[in-house]
Amino acid sequence: MAPAHVTHDTHHADPSGWRRYVYSTNHKDIGTMYLWFAICAGILGGLLSVLMRVELSEPGIQIFHGLANMVYGSSMDNLDAGKHMYNVFVTGHALLMIFFMVMPAMIGGFGNWFVPLMIGAPDMAFPRMNNISFWLLVPAIGLLLISMFVEGPSGLYGVGGGWTMYPPLSTNAGQPGPAVDFAILSLHIAGASSILGAINFITTIFNMRAPGMTLHKMPLFVWSVLVTVFLLLLSLPVLAGGITMLLTDRNFGTSFFEAASGGDPILFQHLFWFFGHPEVYILILPGFGIISHIVSTFSKKPVFGYLGMAYAMVAIGVVGFIVWAHHMYTVGMDADTQAYFVAATMIIAVPTGVKIFSWIATMWGGSIEFRPPMIWAIGFIFLFTVGGVTGVVLANAGVDRSLHDTYYVVAHFHYVLSLGAVFAIFAAWYYWFPKIFGYMYNEKIANLHFWVTFVGVNLLFFPQHFLGLAGMPRRYVDYPEVYAGWNMVSSYGSYLSAVGVLIFLYGVFSAFAKKVPAGNNPWGEYATTLEWTLTSPPPFHQFSTLPVIK
Amino acid sequence: MTMNSKLMAGALATAAVFAPKLALAAAGQAEPWQMNLQDPVTPVAEYINTFTNALHIGMFAISAIVLGLLIYVMVKFNAKANPVPSKTTHHVGLEVAWTLIPVLILVVIAIPSFRLLYLQRDIPQADLTIKAIGNPGWNWTYQYPDLGMDGDEPKVSFTAVLLPEDQAKKDSRPYLLAADVPMVVPVNKTVKMIITSAPEGIIHAWTIPSFGMKIDAIPGRLNEDWFRATKEGIYYGQCSELCGKEHAYMPIEVHVVSEADYNAWVSKVQTASVEEATKFILALKLAKQPALAQN
Repeated sequence: MAPAHVTHDTHHADPSGWRRYVYSTNHKDIGTMYLWFAICAGILGGLLSVLMRVELSEPGIQIFHGLANMVYGSSMDNLDAGKHMYNVFVTGHALLMIFFMVMPAMIGGFGNWFVPLMIGAPDMAFPRMNNISFWLLVPAIGLLLISMFVEGPSGLYGVGGGWTMYPPLSTNAGQPGPAVDFAILSLHIAGASSILGAINFITTIFNMRAPGMTLHKMPLFVWSVLVTVFLLLLSLPVLAGGITMLLTDRNFGTSFFEAASGGDPILFQHLFWFFGHPEVYILILPGFGIISHIVSTFSKKPVFGYLGMAYAMVAIGVVGFIVWAHHMYTVGMDADTQAYFVAATMIIAVPTGVKIFSWIATMWGGSIEFRPPMIWAIGFIFLFTVGGVTGVVLANAGVDRSLHDTYYVVAHFHYVLSLGAVFAIFAAWYYWFPKIFGYMYNEKIANLHFWVTFVGVNLLFFPQHFLGLAGMPRRYVDYPEVYAGWNMVSSYGSYLSAVGVLIFLYGVFSAFAKKVPAGNNPWGEYATTLEWTLTSPPPFHQFSTLPVIK
Repeated sequence: MTMNSKLMAGALATAAVFAPKLALAAAGQAEPWQMNLQDPVTPVAEYINTFTNALHIGMFAISAIVLGLLIYVMVKFNAKANPVPSKTTHHVGLEVAWTLIPVLILVVIAIPSFRLLYLQRDIPQADLTIKAIGNPGWNWTYQYPDLGMDGDEPKVSFTAVLLPEDQAKKDSRPYLLAADVPMVVPVNKTVKMIITSAPEGIIHAWTIPSFGMKIDAIPGRLNEDWFRATKEGIYYGQCSELCGKEHAYMPIEVHVVSEADYNAWVSKVQTASVEEATKFILALKLAKQPALAQN
């Protein structure tokens, strides 16, 4: 008599070739597609940012008039086209990195791969919905890319309104052409993809945990994804509503946001940030979970204060919904409202502090191995702290009066996202790469990748604090000569970070070229979650016999 | 003696290096390689600078503590130094401490923070009211309703646009910061700003870093803010809300002058023209700052 899982596997032939991926209902294959998708979108978004830094390396217009001429032809005023194209790059960089890089990597990629594995489930609850979640992203990014080549403001191409898309700049007053409509539809589809994914994760985590795995025994990465997908489920519909109102303002004669017809542009900002603030926690929370596992594995100790860690994430998620207007301190809200948002915002520092200190306490008394995932995780802890403390500075409405919309804000959110979320993604990549692909990578290349990136991003973003304090506004294609010095430093940092990306890609290439088998568990006995009990890569279907958690 | 003269020479050299920068800083804009907030000239900006510097010291200390702890655990608890890991996973006292201490720190931050907020938003009785309107063509219109109304329209109303690059170079004024016509206010007077945007326009933001104020110009809304500049000088700001392709090209220039000069400017605006009055104001500042004129 054959074991149960063998008979199950022979029910249907494993699909091969393109069918394996396009028709895939397998959480691991879908996860892998999400990861490659995120890498492609990340390279594209990174390319936009490097071009922006080339532009900003000196005062004056350096390259964007030429770029505009190259892309859109010479039929128009190249200087005007260049200035607008810079704003299009600002917008495209943000949307690509948020919706098509960090979210697909963290939730779609690592979430899809490891949530079922860690809870001992054979797959996601809704495998076909999982397929459509991924494949919706392809038309979504397609629409976003198309938007860059259709008319925005009259005579110019693309959306130049920033990822925040504030009306009236994003309505007919600012950009009457169809580019904004393309971007709105892109976000609708990306949002639908994420909502479907969120429903899938919630159902999976609540119903498909292995026998004995109570919520309080669940791995922290699963906790982090659970909180994240709840934020997605509750915040994305608000964005969808807001941008649909924008769409009808633009095309069907409504005037939700048009002051001249009785509407209010600030209403959009409230709707946007009610989504936008939870969104930034959506980007970072899965990283919190990842870092906990890595720190514990390589310190050879269980996570310190497990319950505190789990409920700190829940607290961050809950409070994240009631702080949105700290993005809007300069719109003219009355003092009492601002005072409330100051207080609520500062409260978030408390659970975040709990997490930072608990990671250090996990390392305390440990026997730390400095393998590549751990090096990235330690880098994350420090850089996220730096981004966090500038968040406390910005939380004060009175101080934000000086810093709002300056490069200080740019520095702050890149420290928590570009140096926080992205470091967490790379830590996860180096932690789980052997499990996902079955090969061990060259650790020297991974370490080099870390050091080049670490120096590069700090060189890139730390001087932006100075620029912001000195008063340089963000989203500027050109700036007064006094800001030239730190901008030059920042641009060199950007080039160095780009070298880091090349080293990363070379490391991936070399791992696949050399095919060094990784073994089931390359990290030792303190990698305790269920994925390490499986082969590397895991079988096409796992846990036909459910594991029992003691 | 030699020691003293060397010191003297060093001090002079240092002064020579920093003198142009100081001149720029005095002119209400950043200086090259600046790392901190611009020099404050209003009570609000002074509060912001003091509070921000204090916050930065605290935040630097917190980051240093975290970095120190990380380095300590990396040295003390690496696999070589500590081959056998402990099994500790809980410490109630510690967990309570690192929850409550941050709460206390935040309460300490909140007190000056709220004071500053209410200082900014409780708008005092104004000596002068100026309305600034952000225009769809990426420039600012300034109106002085106190100087007389012509029906619904203020008699004194002018639009300030970017001073073109060649003109700025010729006049030794900072390109992208200088406007062709400055807004003019008297020193030590409370100025209330009414900020809005053209009804069919887009959102801009009016700011002067040295005044510690920034407020959005929104179609259909009248926002208010205030400042009381305590030092004569030229102060610059730039539009601070993404407003389209010319976002980087809508400068804000405010001249804070003595009451006598302000009155002279007013009478020139009223009897001659805005151009004449601007000539008078620009000549005034250039005469007072020879270092800047020589550049």
